[in-house]
Amino acid sequence: MMKTIAFATRNSKELVRDKLSLIFGIGFPVILLLLLTAIQSNVPVELFVIDQLAPGIAVFGLSFISLFSGLLIAKDRTSSFILRLFISPLTSSNFIFGYTFPLLPMAILQIIVCFAVSFVLGLTVSINVLLAIIVLIPAAILFIGIGLLFGSLFTDKQVGSVCGALLTNLTAWLSGTWFDLDLVGGLFKKIAELLPFVHAVEAGRAAISGDYSAVLPHLWWVIGYAVVVMYIAIIVFTKKMSSNNN
Amino acid sequence: MIAIQTENLTKSYKNRIAVNNLNLSVNHGELFALLGINGAGKTTTIKMLSCLVKPTKGDALILGNSIVSNPFKVKEIINVAPQEIAISPNLSVRENLELMAQLYGNDRKSSKEKVNEIIFSFGLMNVAGDKASILSGGWKRRLNIAMALISEPQVLFLDEPTIGLDVFARRELWSVIKEMKGRVTIMLTTHYLEEAVSLADRIGIMVKGELKEVGTAKELMEKTGRESFEDAFIAISSDRGAYI
Repeated sequence: MMKTIAFATRNSKELVRDKLSLIFGIGFPVILLLLLTAIQSNVPVELFVIDQLAPGIAVFGLSFISLFSGLLIAKDRTSSFILRLFISPLTSSNFIFGYTFPLLPMAILQIIVCFAVSFVLGLTVSINVLLAIIVLIPAAILFIGIGLLFGSLFTDKQVGSVCGALLTNLTAWLSGTWFDLDLVGGLFKKIAELLPFVHAVEAGRAAISGDYSAVLPHLWWVIGYAVVVMYIAIIVFTKKMSSNNN
Repeated sequence: MIAIQTENLTKSYKNRIAVNNLNLSVNHGELFALLGINGAGKTTTIKMLSCLVKPTKGDALILGNSIVSNPFKVKEIINVAPQEIAISPNLSVRENLELMAQLYGNDRKSSKEKVNEIIFSFGLMNVAGDKASILSGGWKRRLNIAMALISEPQVLFLDEPTIGLDVFARRELWSVIKEMKGRVTIMLTTHYLEEAVSLADRIGIMVKGELKEVGTAKELMEKTGRESFEDAFIAISSDRGAYI
């Protein structure tokens, strides 16, 4: 346990001290929140209502957690520092928990910042927001798992492209945050509903609106994806670790 | 007492044999230098002995522990200063050292004590709070070795520890290494022949993955009939057997 904590502490410091990524990761979703709310206040139709927008932006913000975790792991993997870690008596579980532990509080902090800004923009302060934060935790674990998986497979430059561009866009377009998926419909909507992003947003929206019975049907999708992605990520990471020995 | 004992240690890749039937023993407290031209198999040997790479055939015992069947135990008693600088860039010098101490099972209190000691003995006092990424090459190299020593290994592998250092920094590191002699078993690889002559108790020369000769610098010069160690090294490494 002590080794895991020591390694997790190191990873937290590496993440927190990368100021540019941190500011971008937390700042960019907040800027979007402000921008879209400003647009809403100037258009006659309901496009970006804050109680619908806030969970969407919170989920979108989590895609940056994938970027952080992927970059950290990929950078370690491609640097000489990994040699030192592999030489040390660290086990696979020390590695996996050491990479995962520091990201979860960061992800929760990001969700909290998003809702805190939303309060300023008119979101009603209620216990439901606390429930929404809890409901978004499986989504946070899912995005951490995606980062662990991509960080194990790709170089830091590739992670930048895959997570920084592809994943953030997928999350944005297929989550129903920018527009109602019913407006597009068809195959696009079907694909979106097969992926976890829209379900994470809908679970958050249901929690905020107090429609508790609607939370679980969406949340199961997210939990399912989180478990599967995390499992695959652990397998891939462990395999990558042992392949270094051959 | 034998600290490192290899038994037909072999590593082969698809099209080539990197290390071929290496049989070698290093005594406890000895500083053994492993020399050879690029591609001779020195780094692969160190990678196998430090459990970074699995041997294709054979085994090695580190203080009686097999690198094949008991790598976790081996990892607890060895450490390596890799050829490449292996530091955590956004951590300070002190934090890097504390991390390594804790990864080897030290609690916070004993880690701090050990870190203070090693910072002092490596002369890192003035840069202890500096981020590792902004250190000069010499300080980084020094930290690289200090991070290997913080775990108090019984066997230490130094893979070209002074590469890229200026003459002053190299001499300073030599004195650090000399100070460890007798307490820690050290296997050193280097391209600087004078470094091996100055530091090592015995020298092994590898050629194309095989250990060609082992002995003191003087013994190797006598064996090859050369007056300088460099000439002896070239004679052995030239692969023509001309010295025999």
